[in-house]
Amino acid sequence: MTSPTGFQMNKPVLAIEGLTVSFDGFKAVDDLNLYIDRNEVRVVIGPNGAGKTTVLDLICGKTRATGGSIQFKDRELTKMNEYDIVRAGVGRKFQTPSIYDNLSVFENLEMSFPAGRSVFGALFFKRTQAVLERVNQVAADIFLGDLLQQQAGLLSHGQKQWLEIGMLLMQDPELLMLDEPVAGMSVSERAQTADLLNRISQGRSVLVIEHDMEFVKSIAHKVTVLHQGKVLAEGSMESVQNNPKVIEVYLGH
Amino acid sequence: MNALNKMLGGRQGVVGLLILATLILVVFPLTLDAFRLNMVGKYLTYAFVAVGLVLCWGYGGILSLGQGVFFGLGGYCMAMFLKLEASDPESTKIQSTPGIPDFMDWNQITELPWLWVPFHSFTFTVMAVIVLPVLLALIIGVALFRRRVGDVYFSIVTQAIALILTVLIIGQQGLTGGINGITDLKTLLGWDIRSDSAKLLLYFINAGLLFGCILFGKFILNSKLGRLLMAMRDKEERVRFSGYDVAAFKVFVYCVAACFSAIGGAMFALQVGFMSPSFVGIVPSIEMVIFAAVGGRMSLLGAVYGSLLVNYGKTYFSESFPELWLYLMGGLFIAVVMYFPNGLAGLWESHGRKWLSGVTRKPATVIASPAPGITPTPALADKKAASPLEIQP
Repeated sequence: MTSPTGFQMNKPVLAIEGLTVSFDGFKAVDDLNLYIDRNEVRVVIGPNGAGKTTVLDLICGKTRATGGSIQFKDRELTKMNEYDIVRAGVGRKFQTPSIYDNLSVFENLEMSFPAGRSVFGALFFKRTQAVLERVNQVAADIFLGDLLQQQAGLLSHGQKQWLEIGMLLMQDPELLMLDEPVAGMSVSERAQTADLLNRISQGRSVLVIEHDMEFVKSIAHKVTVLHQGKVLAEGSMESVQNNPKVIEVYLGH
Repeated sequence: MNALNKMLGGRQGVVGLLILATLILVVFPLTLDAFRLNMVGKYLTYAFVAVGLVLCWGYGGILSLGQGVFFGLGGYCMAMFLKLEASDPESTKIQSTPGIPDFMDWNQITELPWLWVPFHSFTFTVMAVIVLPVLLALIIGVALFRRRVGDVYFSIVTQAIALILTVLIIGQQGLTGGINGITDLKTLLGWDIRSDSAKLLLYFINAGLLFGCILFGKFILNSKLGRLLMAMRDKEERVRFSGYDVAAFKVFVYCVAACFSAIGGAMFALQVGFMSPSFVGIVPSIEMVIFAAVGGRMSLLGAVYGSLLVNYGKTYFSESFPELWLYLMGGLFIAVVMYFPNGLAGLWESHGRKWLSGVTRKPATVIASPAPGITPTPALADKKAASPLEIQP
């Protein structure tokens, strides 16, 4: 593991260092350090207002950092456009399902296929066999294989969450960020989603924000606890759950 | 062939297009006298703007309340060329400076301003009709959309631009003809555009260009770009975080709408024989939005019907009850917004089609039902292409 190649292999895919953002003097994220390895499923937990969603906003470029750096595969994300960050391989799911209600499931997925992304590319985009196959494959993955023609606005809440995850899978991102993917899901849907996450995390890194502890246990490799914009604890689910500081601010409630 | 069929919107799309084409190209020319037909031609020049608004407002969610700017720019470019042709030294020899437009002479201008010089060339004029408005739209679009100015703020800025341009035109009387505009346009490359035969030919050229714009609009809406526009209207953030440069798409559709408006403006100058600031400002710009709203902001063909009907109503009522018209227009807009947000096309979708299938006693299901279990592409194409007055629920 000390050889240069070994070092290279273990280099984190995402390295956040000294990340700070302040809104009118309030530091929502305060000198944060976070490293995510290849093929890792990391869950970030923390009480409301801990800065979890803000961290995702900072990574995907929705919010600009006040200071610090975010390195993704040796590229500095804090200076890049949102769409360039996506094209570099970062996919992000929003807290409330963010899908195109007026389009069909098929069109929703097709919209995220990484081709025809420029104005004229979109104008002359052709629905090729490759697109069809990819859409069908992803739709089957997210349990919506039979609902391709359904108008997306008519899906159930859980199905909308899956559809948005599917839209991210279409991009085949190296880093997948999910903000509360099982919020509002039934127990059986949660189990299906855990299964889905374990399948799709093969070959990519996944960063999840979640409150549901059962769900966290079923997917997390490592858990990071955020509190007041800082990392309070990090480690396995078990070690975090037994950490007295964590119990005090979060789990003890 | 298949692609062409898809572009036209399937069988029903073709039928809708044919009905409108028959109305405009056959029924009107056969039933209306030269004066009324010229009037319809004028209404159809507004339809260019309305069709552009369907793309940028209906589908793109960008409500521009300043499309008169582009209509006016296109119109003024054409009018400048025609005015120069009408101002040859022979017919302006009584002026103190012969060979320049009459209004310049009245304003003590003794030399043709440099801005006017290139408009001696017809090729330059035709290019300017398209390029100048598109360039302006590009500048406005890049400046605003890159900064994420949207919704009502964008609308307000477009209104301000319409106002600025009107004030500029009126203020620079020697350059633009001021409030009277550019009048007394006579010939196009020596061809008398005031004769009945010329007006008839211009009517058909105008209609042909309008159908060209509608077809281009259909091509855009049936491409992935059309679906992206709707997606952006629904969830702009999701589109942005799916790797698209949202601003670029907005700029594009805004430029297309500007281009359509400009063609309409140029055809207006040719058919009506003058151009004035009263087609540039805030009021005409809002009127054009009403045409699109009444016709149906999600329907390219509906926009044409909307322009025809509202303008017919305007002519009819302002001939009979001139003081009532403005109230009627306002009431109409309120009614559209409150009771039928998808305009005439929406009413046709929800009531007219049912009524028609009742009359012809054909079960509607025969047309509408996509066969289950087939591959997504054709079924989807059918579904998307299902209506001549295309409405998304």
